[in-house]
Amino acid sequence: MPLLGSVPERLAANHYDVDEEESHIEVDQDAARRTQAGPLLERVCAARVYTSQPDGSVLVQAAACLECGTCLAVAPPGVLRWHYPRGGFGIAFREG
Amino acid sequence: MEDEAFDVVVVGAGIAGCVAAYRLAEAGHSVVLIERGSAAGAKNLSGGVFYCRVMEQVFPGFVRRAPVERVITRNCISMTNATSAVTVDYRDERLAEPVNAVTVLRARLDSWLAEQCEEAGVMVMPGVRVDELLLEGGQVVGVRAGDDELRARVVIAADGVNSFLARQAGIRPTEPLENLAVGVKSVIRLPREVIEERFSLTGDEGVAYAMVGDCTQGIAGGAFLYTNTASLSLGVVLRLDDLVASGRSSSEVHDHLLAHPSVAPLIEGGELLEYGCHLTIEGGPQMARRDLTRPGLMVVGDAAGLTLNTGLTIRGMDLAAGSAIAAATAADRALRSGDLSQRAMDVYRTELDGSFVGADLATYARAPHFLESALLYRDAGPLAADVLHGVFDHDLTPRRHLVGTARSAVKSSPVSAAQLARLGLSALRSL
Ligand SMILES: Cc1cc2nc3c(=O)[nH]c(=O)nc-3n(C[C@H](O)[C@H](O)[C@H](O)COP(=O)(O)OP(=O)(O)OC[C@H]3O[C@@H](n4cnc5c(N)ncnc54)[C@H](O)[C@@H]3O)c2cc1C
Ligand code: SF4
Repeated sequence: MPLLGSVPERLAANHYDVDEEESHIEVDQDAARRTQAGPLLERVCAARVYTSQPDGSVLVQAAACLECGTCLAVAPPGVLRWHYPRGGFGIAFREG
Repeated sequence: MEDEAFDVVVVGAGIAGCVAAYRLAEAGHSVVLIERGSAAGAKNLSGGVFYCRVMEQVFPGFVRRAPVERVITRNCISMTNATSAVTVDYRDERLAEPVNAVTVLRARLDSWLAEQCEEAGVMVMPGVRVDELLLEGGQVVGVRAGDDELRARVVIAADGVNSFLARQAGIRPTEPLENLAVGVKSVIRLPREVIEERFSLTGDEGVAYAMVGDCTQGIAGGAFLYTNTASLSLGVVLRLDDLVASGRSSSEVHDHLLAHPSVAPLIEGGELLEYGCHLTIEGGPQMARRDLTRPGLMVVGDAAGLTLNTGLTIRGMDLAAGSAIAAATAADRALRSGDLSQRAMDVYRTELDGSFVGADLATYARAPHFLESALLYRDAGPLAADVLHGVFDHDLTPRRHLVGTARSAVKSSPVSAAQLARLGLSALRSL
């Protein structure tokens, strides 16, 4: 067990205003399979938002996102549609 | 042009946006400050050492009035290996008088800054995400947020490292990965007294550690540990090109830091308050060389690429403030003259180049190149430890002079003496 808990346990200590109506991350699964982007997205995201599936598709847990933009910067073109959550939603840091 | 609602719209209530908005409101202009977070600071994260002298120009008595944590009087630079660390420990009372750097937590600092703006007459709008710039014949005339349009004579984009507005304006292309790094950070609660005892501090003194080597598992970048009043800010900064190439996971590199033998004893007994990540800029001097204006638009702070990572310090907050002051000066002049053309916006660049921001960007122009050296992240630490091990490990073999010890350490290291000399020279020239 890592010090200070697992990543999901750590995220649970954060405050989020979750947008139940729309997700700010969409994966083009065909492009993800073609470029095999899944494992890369899974690794670079410190919030473990992405889980790469055996068939090359990618599961997205957008509610955990810390909005850093890393996935967007490293993803092969066409794989991600990523924007900031709607105003007021998403992570709300209390320390920073 | 009578339908214009405001003189200035500032997008982003980070340090850059708040300083720009405050300055322009003080100069008598009508200013709106738009922030997508539910409050200013809710989306913001830094390592936390603020070289804050520039803030005295905008908010006299800043260190006394603003919610700052500790005054940095001790700086430790550490080369970490799997089982050892070689640390330069620099403590100096002169760093406290006058105050040079403080630790901050952005959720608190930024909401204080936004309050100052409000008091100066800025209309602060939190919880609103700006979607795009409004353009009319190449002139930026405002912003769109959802179905709402806000018109302004000048727009200042202070929307941070991912700046979608700078991209829309064609100022920021898709960034090469070596220009960016991801920071993964934990804030850990520890009682005040424990921090003071553990780090040998008194009162509101604080310490900043900069670490390289095994603490990032050799990935280009580094780690930091900063003391707050009653918590520690601790994290890794990983250059994206090297993170991708390494095959490692960012959260696991962060875990490796927490468990590192030179870190674990310092956080012992701590409780996690927050876990976050954020992008930061590695190629600052190169990124900021691009043009930063369009007719009616100026780009400031991280949005303009203004962060300097020298390996020993990360500086972005002071440059954000410095660029905001330069932009506010240019915007004030443009608004007074009524000239909102490209030429009027470019006064910002002149102001920026004439300030400490422009000077420091020029001085550190070679730092990103120096920091590319794998020598620095993988080989220099073990070598330094081997030399010192040779000095301190009395294994009953006959002692040798330091030169001999060093020579055999270099011999068994993958680094040659010539490479080492070149690295040292290049450090002296770049940093
Ligand atoms: C891990 C890490 C460690 C660092 N350590 C240090 C350090 O020790 N010292 C230092 O000086 N610097 C450090 N930095 C750099 C520093 O954090 C930045 O340079 C600084 O925060 C830049 O300030 P800014 O105001 O330009 O941008 P930000 O603080 O990022 O502010 C941008 C603002 O714009 C808002 N925004 C973005 N898009 C929109 C939109 N579309 N609509 C409305 N609002 C929007 C955001 O919510 C945010 O409030 C570090 C950075 C990281 C990631
Ligand atoms: S923005 Fe950052 S935290 Fe969110 S999914 Fe992408 S990498 Fe993960």
